[in-house]
Amino acid sequence: MAHVPHPTPPRSQPAKPALAAATPSAAPAVVGEVMTGAASVVRSLESVGADVIFGIPGGAILPVYDPLFDSSIRHVLVRHEQGAGHAAAGYAAATGRVGVCMATSGPGATNLVTPIADAHMDSVPMVAITGQVGASMIGTDAFQEADIVGITMPITKHSFLVTDPSEIPARIAEAFHIASTGRPGPVLVDIAKSAMQAETSFSWPPAELDIPGYHPITKPHIKQIKEAARLLATARRPVLYVGGGVIRANASAELIELTNLSGAAVVTTLMARGALPDSHPQNVGMPGMHGTVPAVAALQKADLVVALGARFDDRVTGRLDSFAPGATIVHADIDPAEISKNRFADVPIVGDLKDVLADLTVELAQEQTQHGKPDLEGWWHTIDELRTTYPLGWSPTEDGLLAPQYVISRLGEISGPETIFAAGVGQHQMWAAQFIRYEHPRTWLNSGGLGTMGYAVPAAMGAKVGAPDKTVWAVDGDGCFQMTNQELATCALDDIPIKVAIINNSSLGMVRQWQTLFYDQRYSNTDLNTGHETARIPDFVKLAEAYGCVGLRCDNAKDVDATIRKAQEIDDRPVVVDFVVSRDAMVWPMVPSGVSNDDIQYAQGIGPAFDRDE
Amino acid sequence: MSRHTLSVLVENKPGVLTRVSALFARRAFNIHSLAVGPTEHPDISRITVVVDVESNPLEQVTKQLNKLVNVLKIVELAPNTSVQRELLLVKVKADDASRTAVLQVVELFRAHVVDVSPEAVTIEATGGEDKLKALLAALEPHGIREIVQSGAVAIGRGGRSMTDRALERIARSA
Repeated sequence: MAHVPHPTPPRSQPAKPALAAATPSAAPAVVGEVMTGAASVVRSLESVGADVIFGIPGGAILPVYDPLFDSSIRHVLVRHEQGAGHAAAGYAAATGRVGVCMATSGPGATNLVTPIADAHMDSVPMVAITGQVGASMIGTDAFQEADIVGITMPITKHSFLVTDPSEIPARIAEAFHIASTGRPGPVLVDIAKSAMQAETSFSWPPAELDIPGYHPITKPHIKQIKEAARLLATARRPVLYVGGGVIRANASAELIELTNLSGAAVVTTLMARGALPDSHPQNVGMPGMHGTVPAVAALQKADLVVALGARFDDRVTGRLDSFAPGATIVHADIDPAEISKNRFADVPIVGDLKDVLADLTVELAQEQTQHGKPDLEGWWHTIDELRTTYPLGWSPTEDGLLAPQYVISRLGEISGPETIFAAGVGQHQMWAAQFIRYEHPRTWLNSGGLGTMGYAVPAAMGAKVGAPDKTVWAVDGDGCFQMTNQELATCALDDIPIKVAIINNSSLGMVRQWQTLFYDQRYSNTDLNTGHETARIPDFVKLAEAYGCVGLRCDNAKDVDATIRKAQEIDDRPVVVDFVVSRDAMVWPMVPSGVSNDDIQYAQGIGPAFDRDE
Repeated sequence: MSRHTLSVLVENKPGVLTRVSALFARRAFNIHSLAVGPTEHPDISRITVVVDVESNPLEQVTKQLNKLVNVLKIVELAPNTSVQRELLLVKVKADDASRTAVLQVVELFRAHVVDVSPEAVTIEATGGEDKLKALLAALEPHGIREIVQSGAVAIGRGGRSMTDRALERIARSA
């Protein structure tokens, strides 16, 4: 499959988007070719560099599917539009290119709402193309009409309604430009069926992009960089608080350099796992509600926190007013609105993190030649003690069933650091973030901000399409899996051999954990009956086989390695492994919702003995 | 809480007002009044929005507005360096017995009568919030039948033009 790469956002970008930036050189210039609007949609997508579309046809988008039939673009026919959206997001997260999904009007479009909201929360570059009823029918409550531009306004970076066919190339070029530059995000292009059916003339590149109000700031201000460098050079307890922005900005190499030079402790958030290799000695792990004790404590005790593409989310900060109480805050982000949104930034830096990190490293080196390397021995002594005393781990299960943490850590070990892992949402997601060691960016995909159950299977599908040579594992829960597993049909038929590890605890595990801890063990509506000694509806092995996949089951520790290896060897179709695990396993450490990070529990009832006055 | 007046230049395109007003609702910002209309440039509309916020959330309002692709420029207009006006139309009971007294109030406030009928007059007045409040208080005893009032519009004092500066920026980046 030929990959026409999407252009990377230019590092120092002119305010008016240069058309070249939205147009790969591969697309030859075309002037005034007569065709239908539908053909213009397909030609525009080809010209902008889209190589894959995840979608499903229907009445209002039907005209586009006719020229698409002859296009060089690969169309992956999904079974549900939500699958198309998450697949586009998985493709984008794994490759860095813009993911494209397509749906018809009305219910097709509204089924995209969840993945669009998901991509918006996690800053995923994505373009959604939807059909709309004919222009003269808009507003009449026509069959399959929904105001999808209105519905998605709060959850898109931008959106367009196109009723004039001559606008199609420009709006599609703008959509890709907006989705992929600045803070990435989803852009919706809603196209009236009448515009698809009308005759128009297609020119590429479009004469002019008409987005005068769009100017992402990419080049950071040197004064702020110098101030941040001065603080980093003099801090005694510095922490780099790394968020998903570092991965979106392709700035991992720059991050490693700054990490090495600064000597600071580094925490990588749920969205940033893999931004700095877990094997790096300064990586103290994930912060937040289910972060490591050293990562959470390092932020609490820090005198300087340098936030890089992170947004002080409540799952990271715990109670905001007691988060990192002694720290001066440097906050670098490409989105000015993130800075000082939740926590006041003493030093705000707006810019592309690739530039920010590179500039910061240069300035820090200069500071250090003048003032010498900072003495961080005491700081690392404190952190190392926490690492030794409170490593990540788990207690053995008491019901004889598998420990889910064991399964997931073996999966990470055996499949290795080149694997792409996509997770659903819940306990299995947290364990996959904790117990798999990530060495590269874009190898960990998950729904962080929106917390969308059902993300894993379609996202893994999209990632595998984007990176066909990589092993892609979906680590899913039995609850999540049942929300979107119909895409296994797509995977089986379209030669997308993903692997799925269902961490089957027969329940909505994270909700059950909260019921155990906060609702007096009253397990209201969390039992799914998919596990050991239950009705086992559905039987995941049979379900996998019905979908043309290989279904495997593993329910004891001695078979885990062999089962994983067997799954690794199958490469001609998807594999689903039903790991039957204990439902009583819980995610630790934990900072209960709304309390201070100082009150982190290492395991049930065990709080680390911090010297809180330090 | 304090009151702030923002002038927002936006592209004159369908749906822009929805994007702006929905953003205020979504981010839980309180709109006191909102007025929108054309400018001297056919492609640009101007929204004047008066909000009640603390200064830190105000910065968030501005930053979030700036993220809207259709928003071109935002300026906060301080009361002492800008002129702010609202338009009021008010229908007041006025028969042969009371009309003279009502007209005296109109005169006093330099307002105008724009419609007369045997039992009522309709008065047009422009001014700042305080003047219009005072006018309504003076008319109150005569019996107010109906009020319609615009949101505030505001413009900076002095010779400089906000639109020019926005256009310059657009031209520079072209």
